[in-house]
Amino acid sequence: MSLMTWIDERFPATKVWNEHLAQYYAPKNFNFWYFFGSLAMLVLVNQIVTGIWLAMAYKPDATLAFASVEYIMRDVNWGWLIRYLHSTGASAFFIVIYLHMFRGLMYGSYRKPRELLWIIGMIIYVAMMATAFFGYLLPWGQMSYWGAQVIVNLFSAIPVIGDDLSIWIRGDYVISDATLNRFFAFHFLLPFILAALVFIHIVALHKVGSNNPDGIEIKKGPKGNRWSDTAPADGIPFHPYYSVKDIAGVVGFLIIFLGIVFFLPDMGGYFLEAPNFEPANPLKTPEHIAPVWYFTPFYAMLRAVPSFAGTQVWGVIVMGAAIVVLFFLPWLDKSPVKSIRYKGPISKIMLAIFVVSFVILAYLGMKPSTPGRTLLAQICTILYFVFFLGMPIYSKIDKTKPVPERVTK
Amino acid sequence: MSSQGVDLKKRRMLITATAGIGAVGAGFALVPFLSYWQPSARAKALGAPEEADISKIEPGALLRVKWRGKVCWIVRRTEETLKNLKENTGHLVDPDSEVPQQPEYCKNYHRSIKPEFLIAVGICTHLGCSPTYRPDIAPADLGADWMGGFFCPCHGSKFDLAARVFKGVPAPTNLVIPPHKYLSDTKVLIGADDGGAA
Repeated sequence: MSLMTWIDERFPATKVWNEHLAQYYAPKNFNFWYFFGSLAMLVLVNQIVTGIWLAMAYKPDATLAFASVEYIMRDVNWGWLIRYLHSTGASAFFIVIYLHMFRGLMYGSYRKPRELLWIIGMIIYVAMMATAFFGYLLPWGQMSYWGAQVIVNLFSAIPVIGDDLSIWIRGDYVISDATLNRFFAFHFLLPFILAALVFIHIVALHKVGSNNPDGIEIKKGPKGNRWSDTAPADGIPFHPYYSVKDIAGVVGFLIIFLGIVFFLPDMGGYFLEAPNFEPANPLKTPEHIAPVWYFTPFYAMLRAVPSFAGTQVWGVIVMGAAIVVLFFLPWLDKSPVKSIRYKGPISKIMLAIFVVSFVILAYLGMKPSTPGRTLLAQICTILYFVFFLGMPIYSKIDKTKPVPERVTK
Repeated sequence: MSSQGVDLKKRRMLITATAGIGAVGAGFALVPFLSYWQPSARAKALGAPEEADISKIEPGALLRVKWRGKVCWIVRRTEETLKNLKENTGHLVDPDSEVPQQPEYCKNYHRSIKPEFLIAVGICTHLGCSPTYRPDIAPADLGADWMGGFFCPCHGSKFDLAARVFKGVPAPTNLVIPPHKYLSDTKVLIGADDGGAA
């Protein structure tokens, strides 16, 4: 009896391998956009490993935190590399995830039967944002401090319970040592929840099967390929075909990623912001504060909404709605076709408008506000919501092209 | 085991009652976990009233003191500043301080006990940044109408030198005036008044 047989009688190793890799048939027409799921997993592993190593030298104490980060940078062997891998990894994670989400938008990967897959993905995105937010306080620099101050104060905008809620979150009347300590605990916990969510995301993916650039259900098409008579004709085994393709993606990604880690770790102030090289000072707000780039589109929306009726909760609601609306995407798209390839001009223009307004909002969120910029942010915020809330109408009336029977190149 | 003679109704009632009591118990067990996040006894003790010496503040100057870890401003206003405060009225959201952002004894146009001294919590009512002190008249970036005040660098909120918010900015209300009292001509206690500690 071979070792594998012995194991398989006690643990379904071969079964899992076949069902999820060697005999998992994915559409054969995946393109460049299909790299980002596996890259996101790579970055998550990078964040967990470098994060645990950083935690071995970091001190979550308001009097020691800033100095312990400098200690990692200067005195700990290879500390600079581990920290830059972690800080660059945070931005890389969001770049990869935004591209991964855009892929879903383009090819209708959120449509039936993948609604739950999309929602699990959205939960991952929200958990990622929470992780990034908690992590950003840890270096205890000026931007860490005031960024956390602004975000925690979002909760105090909630009527009636707001003030007590924000005190409860901080554990103090201001961002303090108590806040830093608990944020460190959450920042350590959340990545493991993320890893569990990624597992659930993949379980859901393998239940419904991958979408593809044509938006065709290969499971509904003809059967029979080189490997199996019952597998979809347009499917190829994930391993070795896509495992090898993904390795090519990893190589390309690492060239760019490590290039940034070695030569441009602060990315001109976009990945590591300049005021964060100054220790937190509760008595002085930096001249200009902005969150890290991956939060700026939502931050620009927050700033764009004026307060009225004596409360500024409206901006918080708009910002929250910008994320909540994404959860409903599977039910907003009424188009008879999934992929942008077969959608009509209105859908294409709307998607382009959405991308452009998202990028403009990201830019505006980094800049100090002026009346002109506020107006532009208001226009882009409206366009952002028009893309989603108008979708049930324009996706229905838009002309579509006929979808082929089989996947194309 | 026979299922004959089982009173399903009674069984369901007992299951519901057991689960209900269990849920209440679980609810109580949550209390220490949630309450753990409240400010600790030490954090509360550090929130005690703060004494400040105002004798050395030059006219027009601003002194920062820390109360409950927050920045508190003490500004010594000039006669001209006080005169200018009235000019702002039309541009303000709440010139008469109707919203209770101040103790009753500071509900006046200068929002203080003594007109000369403004004592305010230097935390923007929008999202908690600390506005910058801009006493200069009509600077290039703030416009010709600017009579001196506070400008929040984060989101562009503007306040006059009585910490009253201007119209059309993100901050919804005037800045908070903490409870305070004068212990003597040169000493002020922030965080407590004759009604007790805040």
